[in-house]
Amino acid sequence: MIENINMENINKDYTIDQEGLAKFAKATVSTSLNFSDLFGALKVRLGINRDNYKIEPGIYRVGNPNSESDVLVSANYKLSFDVLRKNLEGLNIWILVIDTKGVNVWCAAGKGNFGTNNVIKSIVENSLSTLVTHRRIILPQLSASGVAAHKVRKFTDFKPIFGPVQARDIKSFIELGYKATPKMRKIEFPMKERAKLIPVDFLYEKYKLLIIMAVFFLLSGLGREGYMVSKLISTSLFPMLSIFGGYFFGIVISTLMLPYIPFRPFALKGAFWGLLFSVILNQFFEVNYLETISMGLVSISLSSFMAANFTGSSTYTSQSGVMKEMKWALPFQIGFMFLGLVLFIISKFI
Amino acid sequence: MQYIRNVATLKLDEQRCTGCGICVKVCPHEVFEIIKGKARIKDIDDCMECGACSNNCEFEAIYVKSGVGCAVGIINGILRGTEPSCDCGCDGGKSCC
Repeated sequence: MIENINMENINKDYTIDQEGLAKFAKATVSTSLNFSDLFGALKVRLGINRDNYKIEPGIYRVGNPNSESDVLVSANYKLSFDVLRKNLEGLNIWILVIDTKGVNVWCAAGKGNFGTNNVIKSIVENSLSTLVTHRRIILPQLSASGVAAHKVRKFTDFKPIFGPVQARDIKSFIELGYKATPKMRKIEFPMKERAKLIPVDFLYEKYKLLIIMAVFFLLSGLGREGYMVSKLISTSLFPMLSIFGGYFFGIVISTLMLPYIPFRPFALKGAFWGLLFSVILNQFFEVNYLETISMGLVSISLSSFMAANFTGSSTYTSQSGVMKEMKWALPFQIGFMFLGLVLFIISKFI
Repeated sequence: MQYIRNVATLKLDEQRCTGCGICVKVCPHEVFEIIKGKARIKDIDDCMECGACSNNCEFEAIYVKSGVGCAVGIINGILRGTEPSCDCGCDGGKSCC
């Protein structure tokens, strides 16, 4: 009985034809993106429905692949998948999409979803060994923190090859005989990539921002003559701008100008921009010195905190570094915010 | 771009290293080079502790304490008394870190 099953498997391995291949693949995918793909990507970048932008795991075909064609492994985050297929024009290739819970390659690798076990499981479940006769699979380089190539090799027949970091280099990688140049192996973090991340990061702490704005708005009515609702609009303008500006400079300006500020800790980069914004804002307002100082502290605190948040989106911060930075930065951010709040209240009574 | 100096936990055991070069291939920050058949750390301050090298070294010649380099994750860890994690448990977390 066991022998029979083995024979069957062996036969299957070597008798695949074009019709036989069709049943494995979910769909042939296009290498050009249409309006709905682009609109979907835009929505994700704006933080809309980005936790549910998935495609079904399984095998997809690009062009007319056969049993000799290469197999690329991808995450099931639609944004990653779209970037991949867009760069495969003219190739005949298989894509094995594994279930990373809709998370991109690098993050899923870090969390273990784009990991050794998941790759092995997908190879087996999708009968990859009967789909292709060769034993190469090309993994994205950034999956290496989750996938141990030698373990995949040990538990399947397949020999994983780590491809380039960027999907746009895959064609050259294959043409070079599965070799990546040092440049293809390196992750960069240019202005354009940083800018794409800003909207989602901007909205990330929106509730904290609104709460802080609400508190300072209500406190703006305080004064020696009692609480003045009528003056609330004019007296709250300076603190509202200070808070929003600090938040904005922390995430938008710090992020865009990331390499141009010499301090290495992100919290310090943010603090610099918070201070600069506060100095600029004060050129346009005449408020008492205590209110100037108090709102300066708040701007610096917020800007520093938001810039430090961006460590999670950056491509070069180590955990040890962030730990070291947050140990002093967090008390300083909380302290500045608290001190700013107290001084702001006092400033209303002098 | 380089982050904070002298903090990366990366360690290379030259005795175990066979010079296979997988670390050079998987590192996204060009931390390693192969000199005379052995891996060498070029500049440890380029290391972001992603763990790709140690995960793929079949000779166990590389150690690095890898983890999320993310302030939110570290704050989450402090608040919950766990290892740093980007998952807040409510909406699947900030999936970009």
